[in-house]
Amino acid sequence: MYIYLLQRVVTAFLTLFGMSVVIFVLLRLAPGNIVDILFSSAGFVNPAAKEEIARELGLDQPIPVQYGRWLRDIARGELGKSYRYDIPAWQVIKPRIPVTVELALFALLIAVLLGVPIGVLSAARQDTATDYLLRTLSLAGLSMPSFWLGMVIILVLISWLGWIPSMTYISPFEDFKAHFLQFLFPALAVGYRSSALIMRITRSSMLDVLREDYIRTAWAKGQREWIVVFGHALTNAILPVVTVIGIEFAFMIGGLVVTETVFNLPGVARYLVDAILWRDYPVVQNLVMFIAIVVVLANLTVDLLYGWLDPRIRYGVR
Amino acid sequence: MNVETAGPSLDAAASFHRRGPAGNFFLFCREKPLGALAAVLLLVMVLAAAFAETLATHDPIRTDHEHTLARPDRTHRFGTDNLGRDIYSRIMYGARVSLAVGIASTLLGAVFGGLIGVISGYFGGWLDLMTQRIMDILQGLPLLILALVMAAALGPSIENVIVAISVPIIPRAQRVIRASVLAIREFVYIEAARALGVGHLGIAFRHVLPNTVGPFIVLSTAQFGSAILVEAALSFLGLGVPEPYPSWGRMLSISAAEFAQKAPWMVLFPGTAISLVVFASNLLGDAVRDKLDPRLRGV
Repeated sequence: MYIYLLQRVVTAFLTLFGMSVVIFVLLRLAPGNIVDILFSSAGFVNPAAKEEIARELGLDQPIPVQYGRWLRDIARGELGKSYRYDIPAWQVIKPRIPVTVELALFALLIAVLLGVPIGVLSAARQDTATDYLLRTLSLAGLSMPSFWLGMVIILVLISWLGWIPSMTYISPFEDFKAHFLQFLFPALAVGYRSSALIMRITRSSMLDVLREDYIRTAWAKGQREWIVVFGHALTNAILPVVTVIGIEFAFMIGGLVVTETVFNLPGVARYLVDAILWRDYPVVQNLVMFIAIVVVLANLTVDLLYGWLDPRIRYGVR
Repeated sequence: MNVETAGPSLDAAASFHRRGPAGNFFLFCREKPLGALAAVLLLVMVLAAAFAETLATHDPIRTDHEHTLARPDRTHRFGTDNLGRDIYSRIMYGARVSLAVGIASTLLGAVFGGLIGVISGYFGGWLDLMTQRIMDILQGLPLLILALVMAAALGPSIENVIVAISVPIIPRAQRVIRASVLAIREFVYIEAARALGVGHLGIAFRHVLPNTVGPFIVLSTAQFGSAILVEAALSFLGLGVPEPYPSWGRMLSISAAEFAQKAPWMVLFPGTAISLVVFASNLLGDAVRDKLDPRLRGV
């Protein structure tokens, strides 16, 4: 078990290292110097001020040194300075983290609560009208852009229910109900799409398991349907589902980028878009690295959960 | 490997050739009616894109300040936007941009990823190990985030958007093709080719590559829908296809959200177009996968 754990942690670190190289190189591809971009809107620029900023950013150093410094800063938790707000980037990011985390967890909860039972039902009723209906609904979820779904939800709320969702952030301590409603609809828009993926994997994994001999034995001895399906089959079919849930949690951040923008929620994902549009590249670099760390941690958690759920993996059996 | 498993697939291949293209098409329609319906829908969209000049009723770029945010009626079938541009005509021309970007980026990513998969799977060893780790890294970043950063780094132009969308497809394509190459590599005819003295590159590209066409088609249909969605999201955020080209995602950009309450048609029609194309390509992808590669079911 410890060897398995160690292997996973080492792989996670190597992946993170690789990601940091990719991110660093990608943002060096950007046309033009970051300093020029920062000053491009200012009109006349004092060359001395330019040099000063370049030195502050360490751009006068060779590329490998710049990379080394960046890694050192990240390890220390220094996320650099936001040139837009002229304050340390961390101060901008920190209050935004709870918003994104809450939205992601809420959406994931919706996705799991919808996806797993629907997938199980669809597999248990394979090739019936119920199955086709549920599969079509989930395919529709995969086909709609989540930001468009968000816009349509807002439209429906406004024109049919006459309820206008707040366009400014409401703290849960101020008004819990309003806060809950503010997060419910974006979480639905993101969660629906993820639930579709979870449903598809649950269904196909359940279909494999339902054909096993021990399931037939359970039927043969007259076991009730819900015990066979949930007790015997789902417990063995859940492994691939857990992987997808883990991957989805990480990938949800992609969906949040647009959803936070549509619903005007001040989260980290939306700040990334703003930073890209303002060409605040030092912040973009750090935020993407931050997202990479979250993704790797989510994958690591899934790997460890796997080892706990499936004893075969612990002993290195493949 | 043995004769029993090779037999049925050879039979299937023989009857596939006997039926000819039209016969195979009708067989597919009968077995997978939904998939065939999806194929027809996609074909209609492609035709709309090809004949946008004939189908469009207005100039998609010309603004008309007298008729801004007009309701759908006879002259403007889907209404007009905040600048008075005809939404129906923009959707026709937008099909051209959105489908072209979707097809080009899917092909670019799938071909490039497929080639890496063939080389990595066929040669194996440390080359394979290194490639796999690099692909893990690329796949580790959320698809949209990677595309977003790529688009920002490369700057706004149609070519750059295509590249930005294709890069996240590479590791996914590579994985699928590599898996099928690992199986093909063990077949007897590969051993026969080797015995005849065919070089490694010859085997990899003349004997292995053509046999990955099935998974390649499955993969491309599945990725096409996701490419359209990524293009829409990038354009929505203002990092996609630049003006003046109308793309479906661009029509839904933040300005559309502002006017959504006054003119819901600005939001409803382009979004429906995107959803329909992606839905059709997902449906077709599922049907093609079931026909060509049942092992991938549910992936």
